[in-house]
Amino acid sequence: MTLEARDVTFYYRGKKKSPVLDHFSLYINSGERVGLKAPSGRGKTTLCRLLAGYERPVKGEILLDGKPLGAYRGACPVQMVWQHPETVVDPLLRLGTTLSEAGDVEERLREALHIEEGWMDRFPSELSGGELQRFCLARALHPGVRFLLCDEISAMLDLVTQAQIWQFLLEETKRRSLGLLVVSHDDSLLDQVCTRIVELPFPSWRIF
Amino acid sequence: MTERHWNRRAGTLLFLVLAILVLAGITAAGIFLEEEAAVTDFSRTNLAPGAEFWFGTDWMGRDMFARTIAGLSLSIRIGLLTAAVSAAAALVLGTMAATLGRRADSAISWCIDLVMGIPHILLVMLISIACGRGFAGVVAGVSLSHWPSLARVIRGEVLQLKNAPYILVEEKLGVSKLQVACRHMLPHLFPQFLTGLILLFPHAILHEASVTFLGFGLSSEQPAIGVILSESMQYLTTGRWWLALFPGLSLVLVVVLFALLGERARYLLDPASAHE
Repeated sequence: MTLEARDVTFYYRGKKKSPVLDHFSLYINSGERVGLKAPSGRGKTTLCRLLAGYERPVKGEILLDGKPLGAYRGACPVQMVWQHPETVVDPLLRLGTTLSEAGDVEERLREALHIEEGWMDRFPSELSGGELQRFCLARALHPGVRFLLCDEISAMLDLVTQAQIWQFLLEETKRRSLGLLVVSHDDSLLDQVCTRIVELPFPSWRIF
Repeated sequence: MTERHWNRRAGTLLFLVLAILVLAGITAAGIFLEEEAAVTDFSRTNLAPGAEFWFGTDWMGRDMFARTIAGLSLSIRIGLLTAAVSAAAALVLGTMAATLGRRADSAISWCIDLVMGIPHILLVMLISIACGRGFAGVVAGVSLSHWPSLARVIRGEVLQLKNAPYILVEEKLGVSKLQVACRHMLPHLFPQFLTGLILLFPHAILHEASVTFLGFGLSSEQPAIGVILSESMQYLTTGRWWLALFPGLSLVLVVVLFALLGERARYLLDPASAHE
């Protein structure tokens, strides 16, 4: 399977003169781990949102196996793991409820990510960022997922947890031959994890 | 360990129950006292407050206590009706503005600004006159002028929820739209709505009383607080202070009770303070 951004142009409403992405193309094959690096504000998160279908490109298209992403019904095969896990869980629901809504998570995943049974009865405000991030990873890795977009998922974690999470993700992607897009500022992390590194181009409308 | 169980939540709940009981009691008592409030007896005119007539009697020998309670009851009933109508209008318009696209949004927002731009009392008076005064006029006037602020709150809340990351993620994970709306949007929207609804009461009651006081609302044979106050103005200079003091004071108390009710309800329901 291939996830492809074909000749994508995107700008936010009213910012036609300064597009975030200008005729940008990228592909990720199953089993590949692509690193994405660029300075702040260059559009890394925007690219992830486009690839996951949260935004639609103004020009160009996002294709999964040659078909537009919008054609897939139900749980999307492309899932994004967000930079701030505390914003992606409903603050009023216990985590167990949130998790069961997304379809039950395999026992194996829970164990590998060290998700404790007791967390299920808690509210999101009662877990730390790292704990929530592991929870979000488990949720995103539902059985139908083929591509995982990791938007700075480990930037706020301590080194031990970072290592654990990446260790797990590497094994999981190999086992299920998932495609992975890794966004990070950390060059050594990208070198360690990725099979290929892409840099977002300097936008042509910027003159400084 | 009973003291640890007596936290703010329990205290607030107790207050809510008591306040609702008091308000319901006044409303019910007023309906029963309505006939007594109209009884005139010229053998007991202009009595000062005492053991027999707590709030005194007026120049026609009517029992001011019965009149006050009957007036409050009418005010509360009008308040309930108008608040319910304006809250329903606010919910529908606010949700429409947030979900039906940019055109609908700017049209509805324009209406909100328009209605908010006119002073409430003026608008209530105009609508009330246009609808022929009386009960219908007051209800129409108050309910048509009080929806914009709540509509604006609902619109903002729905807009924010629609783009909240956790809602977007749920949709990506294949959760149905209906479930997202019921499970994730309603619990966030409901507290705002209920608080707004309760806080509409005091406004509605005060505006009903003031528009009646000014002579553009309920007719003078009805036992309304506004009628009582405007009539008693003529007798204030002759030293009959009780005619205005007690009805006015009890109106203020009822309004304060409603305002506190809304505020306490928010404590319990608002996500930011619900777990305190």
